[in-house]
Amino acid sequence: MPPVAPQAKPDCPGFARPAALPPLKLDPRLISDPALGPVAAKLAAGQRLELADGLALMNSRDLLGLGSLAHAARLAKNGRRAFYVVNRHINYSNVCSNQCAFCAFWRQEGDAGAYLLSPAQAAELAAQEPGLPISELHIVGSCHPQVPLSYYLELLSALSQARPQAALKAFTPVEIDHLAHKSGLSPAQVLDLLQAAGLGAMPGGGAEVFSPRVRARLCPEKTSGSRWLAISGLAHARGIPTNATMLYGHIETPAERVEHLLALREQQDKSHGFSAFIPLAYHPHNTKLGGASHTSGLDDLRVIASARLLLDNFDHIKAYWVMLGPKLAQVALNFGADDLDGTIVEERITHEAGATTAKGLTEEALRSMISTAGFRPVRRDSFYNSLEQQ
Amino acid sequence: MTPPAPAPRDPLSEALAAAEEGQRLSPTQALALLGSAELLDLGRLAHGARLRHNPEPVVTYAVDRNINFTNVCTAGCRFCAFFRPPGHEEGYVLERAELARKIQETLDLGGTQILIQGGLHPEIGVEAICDTFRFIKENFPIHIHGLSPPEVVHMARLDGLSLAEALDRLMAAGLGSIPGGGAEILSERVRGLVAPGKCTADEWLQVMRLAHGKGLMTTATMMFGSVETPAERIEHLTRLRGLQDESLAKGRGRFTAFIPWSFQPDHTALAHTPPATAVDYLRMLAVSRLFLDNFAHLQASWVTQGAKIAQVALTFGADDLGSTMIEENVVAAAGVSFRLPREELVRLAEDMGFVAQQRDTFYRPVAGQA
Repeated sequence: MPPVAPQAKPDCPGFARPAALPPLKLDPRLISDPALGPVAAKLAAGQRLELADGLALMNSRDLLGLGSLAHAARLAKNGRRAFYVVNRHINYSNVCSNQCAFCAFWRQEGDAGAYLLSPAQAAELAAQEPGLPISELHIVGSCHPQVPLSYYLELLSALSQARPQAALKAFTPVEIDHLAHKSGLSPAQVLDLLQAAGLGAMPGGGAEVFSPRVRARLCPEKTSGSRWLAISGLAHARGIPTNATMLYGHIETPAERVEHLLALREQQDKSHGFSAFIPLAYHPHNTKLGGASHTSGLDDLRVIASARLLLDNFDHIKAYWVMLGPKLAQVALNFGADDLDGTIVEERITHEAGATTAKGLTEEALRSMISTAGFRPVRRDSFYNSLEQQ
Repeated sequence: MTPPAPAPRDPLSEALAAAEEGQRLSPTQALALLGSAELLDLGRLAHGARLRHNPEPVVTYAVDRNINFTNVCTAGCRFCAFFRPPGHEEGYVLERAELARKIQETLDLGGTQILIQGGLHPEIGVEAICDTFRFIKENFPIHIHGLSPPEVVHMARLDGLSLAEALDRLMAAGLGSIPGGGAEILSERVRGLVAPGKCTADEWLQVMRLAHGKGLMTTATMMFGSVETPAERIEHLTRLRGLQDESLAKGRGRFTAFIPWSFQPDHTALAHTPPATAVDYLRMLAVSRLFLDNFAHLQASWVTQGAKIAQVALTFGADDLGSTMIEENVVAAAGVSFRLPREELVRLAEDMGFVAQQRDTFYRPVAGQA
């Protein structure tokens, strides 16, 4: 693979460095795991956490201790605000040459259920329910072996015509890399073309776990961790905010989780453009990797809390209700999360892997989840601007 | 000039201080905690109270089966999706052979008890159900955790018996303990709205009072999140705590456990009611643990909350995961279908660092089970 050339435009807007965590006010009575003591001391002194601290967090069973540390960090970053977005997911295709072992969504060309939406069909979906004040289209598909770059440009312009008020949050770094590979352009050139066609932000999928050991088992065909980070950096240099994710709960070790989070933190130190971190709980059904169990409530909350504390240069941690279930996502607002994602309308990828949650939630339901948990609901756009009536 | 009155301490700080010191909470203090304490503070205080009652890091569970001998019910509760009115084509009464098959399966799976309940069937009184109990006890070595106060009241009335006579006959026929169902919210206003056909709050408490006096163990439940106010939830807890004080003083039977769960609205006459959220559930559980200082055990309700929240509940006051419920019909009828086999219950307790221990109805360890 050619290296990802770091060619930021000289006149790009870039992003300001997000505020670091201030010294935290902690209640020592909430912490019962002695291993969390040194972590708490660092947080109280306003020091940055390191690998050993991350391991203490990621191995702890002290749910209330983890929660109390993360909640203090959350209050420092976001007060009692909890964000959501009125959005819609559009999965333009499931035909994928990567065929990752953890994924139940992909099909081969010609398989039953394989599909590719035309730009017009995607636009038709986006235009459904015109009364719904959708401010974001979340557009993720696959690494389709046949579709040319022109399709993606047409898709973006069709969607922006169908929903001119909605930001187009489209294509993970993995899809960008695939397009570059297919078209013979560099990832930077692909991003420039997509941005000109209306790309406003990027989702954070495809990060999985950066560890080469894990990727060799889970997704050997997929873009490497270092390329994923570099392409995110290229987007940031162009003023395109992106998200970051981690798929957890399969074969990864606690150390591999912490290393993943620290790699994200290092990239964010350089390029500042990650809006939110979104942990994704592995769903085993219908995948090649398989497995019997879903993640536990403790593990879900531990990952959220650890991420809030390690990612001191991320403004937002998202509790993605589709994967966690609305109940646990609501509880997660007290364990470091400040965002519930959104209405989604029609989730497909996790549901192929056995998610039993609804495929969408109403705005009313999201607001009620937030306020009954004791937080202030803030409807946001893709860039975390408040859309609340003042 | 009179000196200014001392500034009243705000109710939340006062309640937190009382809970911190392990004092008996007043209803006002419980209300303040329920309404305004931080979630994690409630967890810490409730887990502390749990450890005072049950110091060992053990989480218990029972292996049992819910058997609903009939779904025919005259109560017509608005929160219920399980019942069918008399004469309805989907009404059933379980055949003996079917009952026997279900019990044998339970024993085969290492079960120690059956939870046997039905509805307020217009033709099943004390004598009829005693026949069933005798049939069970004559054929199977299994504990009958059976009926509920509204059923006892209904069956006694049908056969023209006093509550005390009814309980004597049921016990003689093999009833071993009474589950605390049908309590809903022990407030006449709430019952008038959601369960007007069911026994009154006073009758519910009277059945339990008499049962405890006769040496029967029972549990107590609360179904919250329908039309009740926070004050009515605390009133419910206050009445349970008062009766438990009486029963402990008599030294015979008592409430072994308290089981709060949230109302599940689907397919019920209250389907428009938004369901109680997970945070509401954890708050209610924690406040119950703190207020019910004379209850040894609190069960997490995985049936209504799912495995993830049931696991989190183990640090919000719960020390027991209820039972494996090889069969559960009532909550499933209201659109909720969480299913947890025994391995899953054990896994979620152990994942939190607890030892999972199978127990019987009386919270005694079941031999041979780790």
